[in-house]
Amino acid sequence: MATKAFQKIYTQITAITKATCSLKAEGVGNDELATVNGKLAQVVKIIGDNVTLQVFQGTEGIPTNAEVVFLGKSPSLKVSDQLAGRFFNAYGDPIDGGPQIEGKEVEIGGPSVNPVRRKQPSELIATGIAGIDLNNTLVSGQKIPFFADPDQPYNQVMANVALRAEADKIILGGMGLTNDDYLYFKNVFSNAGVLDHIVSFVNTTENPPVERLLIPDMALTAAEYFAVEKHEKVLVLLTDMTLYADALAIVSNRMDQIPSKDSMPGSLYSDLAKIYEKAVQFPETIGGGSITIIAVTTLSGGDITHAIPDNTGYITEGQLYLRRDSEIGKVIVDPFRSLSRLKQLVAGKKTREDHPQVMNAAVRLYADAANAKTKKENGFDLTNYDERCLEFARDYSREILAIDVNINTTEMLDVAWQLFGKYFKPEEVNIKAALVEKYWPKA
Amino acid sequence: MTTGKVKGIIANLVTVAVDGPVAQNEICYISVGETKLMAEVIKVIGDNVYAQVFESTRGLKVGNAVEFTGHMLEVTLGPGLLSRNYDGLQNDLDKLTGVFLKRGEYNFPLDQEKKWEFKPIAKVGDKVEAASWLGEVDENHQPHKIMVPFVFEGSYTVKTIKAAGQYTINEVIAVLTDAEGKDHEVTMVQKWPVKKAILAYREKPRPFKLLETGVRTIDTANPLCEGGTGFIPGPFGTGKTVLQHAISKQAEADIVIIAACGERANEVVETFTEFPELDDPHTGRKLMERTIIIANTSNMPVASREASVYTSMTIAEYYRSMGLRVLLMADSTSRWAQALREMSNRLEELPGQDAFPMDLSAIIGAFYARAGYVYLNNGATGSVTFLGTVSPAGGNLKEPVTEGTKKVARCFYALEQARADRKRYPAVNPIDSYSKYVEYPEFEEYISGLIDKEWLPMVNDMKTYLQRGKEIQEQINILGDDGVPVDYHEEFWKAEVIDFVILQQDAFDKIDAVCPLERQQYMLRLVMDICKHDYDFDNFLDVIDYFKRIINLCKQMNYCEFHSAEFEDYRKKLDELLSEKQL
Repeated sequence: MATKAFQKIYTQITAITKATCSLKAEGVGNDELATVNGKLAQVVKIIGDNVTLQVFQGTEGIPTNAEVVFLGKSPSLKVSDQLAGRFFNAYGDPIDGGPQIEGKEVEIGGPSVNPVRRKQPSELIATGIAGIDLNNTLVSGQKIPFFADPDQPYNQVMANVALRAEADKIILGGMGLTNDDYLYFKNVFSNAGVLDHIVSFVNTTENPPVERLLIPDMALTAAEYFAVEKHEKVLVLLTDMTLYADALAIVSNRMDQIPSKDSMPGSLYSDLAKIYEKAVQFPETIGGGSITIIAVTTLSGGDITHAIPDNTGYITEGQLYLRRDSEIGKVIVDPFRSLSRLKQLVAGKKTREDHPQVMNAAVRLYADAANAKTKKENGFDLTNYDERCLEFARDYSREILAIDVNINTTEMLDVAWQLFGKYFKPEEVNIKAALVEKYWPKA
Repeated sequence: MTTGKVKGIIANLVTVAVDGPVAQNEICYISVGETKLMAEVIKVIGDNVYAQVFESTRGLKVGNAVEFTGHMLEVTLGPGLLSRNYDGLQNDLDKLTGVFLKRGEYNFPLDQEKKWEFKPIAKVGDKVEAASWLGEVDENHQPHKIMVPFVFEGSYTVKTIKAAGQYTINEVIAVLTDAEGKDHEVTMVQKWPVKKAILAYREKPRPFKLLETGVRTIDTANPLCEGGTGFIPGPFGTGKTVLQHAISKQAEADIVIIAACGERANEVVETFTEFPELDDPHTGRKLMERTIIIANTSNMPVASREASVYTSMTIAEYYRSMGLRVLLMADSTSRWAQALREMSNRLEELPGQDAFPMDLSAIIGAFYARAGYVYLNNGATGSVTFLGTVSPAGGNLKEPVTEGTKKVARCFYALEQARADRKRYPAVNPIDSYSKYVEYPEFEEYISGLIDKEWLPMVNDMKTYLQRGKEIQEQINILGDDGVPVDYHEEFWKAEVIDFVILQQDAFDKIDAVCPLERQQYMLRLVMDICKHDYDFDNFLDVIDYFKRIINLCKQMNYCEFHSAEFEDYRKKLDELLSEKQL
């Protein structure tokens, strides 16, 4: 950042830790940005004239006589339509070789939406993935994470969702992405020719971890611009929020804060909520735009009681799990553990009337198949019903659930009815008589 | 008034150098440019005052001016609170401008223009004291009493009182003379510091009256009392919110206050959207008319999250002083505790377990103690029933908030992941949950009068069957279906009948959602009668098949209007089925 004329330059740093440095300075505002020998830093603590700065890139090589310049503003992003199709780093500077963005400068991490100005989410977001659309329908204004193990292909699934979802803008916030994954996203978006409605903010594993803390706020500030000012339907993808929380822990540790559960800062819940609660559906009177957040929280060893997934679960509206179905050798969205809390707002209302009943019946039969499988593994005899459940489950996984299947909800429902008809009698499926009458496949 | 200057800033904790006296918990305003941010004093060391700011401190600088107000955080009490949506500091959310919350924007919580139809109760010459009823206005069909302000100490004589007529809240409606002969003017509005309990009542007996909620697993199995306290801990996804909404819709209360404390905004929006549409089962009017929502969602400032539970409780106590039955629901008290933790952490206090402040359980205890059933000074009764949810980290009930709450709340509704996974809603575990009120002789006497003497023993029998059923289920799991006698299967399925017919309830079905006490009695007698009989079975498959049919018929009854033709028809079918196998 260029130094402006007549700006006061401080050159006496009094303390340096791995992530922060302190100096004596006056007239400094809380949260204000500064540069320390050109490295971007932010004010995190002021005691009298003693100011502590969090240096995003880390303090390696910062000398005690480093030049410190206060910039008189909080972290901000220039927003305009020029954002579309571009890739940025955590500071909002282009990393794709293109020109700087011109537009209105907005502080990131802005205030919350007044709850009475929100509208109850009611618009369906179709992804073409049955584990989502059929069993755990997403609604605009919802926030939902994938709880995934680090070896699962969650970034591929996210990219798929991004490409298929009918959103006006898609904003990718990548935190601690491997360079390979970053290039993957870039290629997928370029090849699909959809770059013009995608904005990406990327921090890779090659960048300092503390920089990640800016990514969600950058992504959501851009999202708010499109949703509030342009009345657009915006989908925000955040991957991986576990690495974001880890960065929070690093900073709070450096600031000598007392850690709470799992070495996470005591404010983890509020910190995560500030991000996820940016998801919103605005009423028509305010333009009807929306922000939907799909995030990834990687788990360690599938443990959802760890502070990060646990706090996330209390904030988000459901969670999605990926699982490899060994019967068909493909990844599916786990129909048992996944849950979209808002699905009843659209299922059967914005989709065909039989949706809720078909969804429940299919999952119930799939559960019966899982029981039958356990029975089989334990060496018990299977009944005829058990056998049919197993075959149904295999077809159901292959033709509907597998994440590489891309069909719309009505087609999913039709396929489900066909499978019911193929393996079961109507009374075994337990669906309302009127619906069976209407949709049961005619022999 | 005392003033000061900002000396230090760490997140929302600000150190202020002051030039005069300040009180603990005093409210001050810190200037940032044109705006003034509200803050509360939480620690004083010498000239240094530590204040927690209720807003973002972005851009705040050392040297900024601070003004102290001389009072603690107060709420404004008066007619017009009902059916409003406030934030944790009692700002009317609907009156705030703009889509986004602007920091430093505060407003007056009541309507100052509206004229209320006032009817005097007190007469000139009457001796009155704090909380004595001077008059009454009709607030959404509730008799809203205009009281002597709670801050008035000692006794007063009514010098003048306005005749019946229309007045705004700021007009003087009475003049009171104190013991020294000094006159005091009284309007319809008063203020009260939220952290102090309103103690203007004669006596607070142990709760003894059943508070009917229409939820079977509560009313029948573990009843809640009017003025009682309860809490609902549960991991995420176990249906805490649905259960709490069901209770707030149906419970027999005059006023319902919902404190959405640090929870999802979309859930609050659901309440905003639904309540104005829902019919109040008791009055036939809209539910929103008797509801107040205090919304401080998880993304709103943390310090006002703490304030929000106190704001709600104070408003509840205010309505209790009018002789009304108030139900206060807080979702979730864990978020409040977390707000305390964040502050304690910034103050660099030595932490207790899980980094919560050491006095957490004392704070929780003092808060729950503000609920209760009271005899007012004029002999009328009022109550504040408090039901809080707890969101235990990782679903583990051995954590400080759950343990601190368990010590003080008298009812415990344990939501269980396993029940939720099996879609057995409400997912309240019938064996782990308890209501201490069933042990109170006062309650026993009350319920014996309301229903009969056989009721509590019958409920106890029901729990014994459930306990037995659970034990047998474990044995069946180990020994296999063939490994236990047929009797065991019978016992197990009797417990299943209780589970499916009494404990489970469909909150989304129009009829089953609300089950009045009369109907609960009928169903429990029916189910216990089924359990008490012996049956004639050859093998366990018959048992399963038979009891599944019983369950189905009983469930159909739950879905029908009570005593409708359809209902009686299912009853007849059930009786026929029972006579087939009963010995």
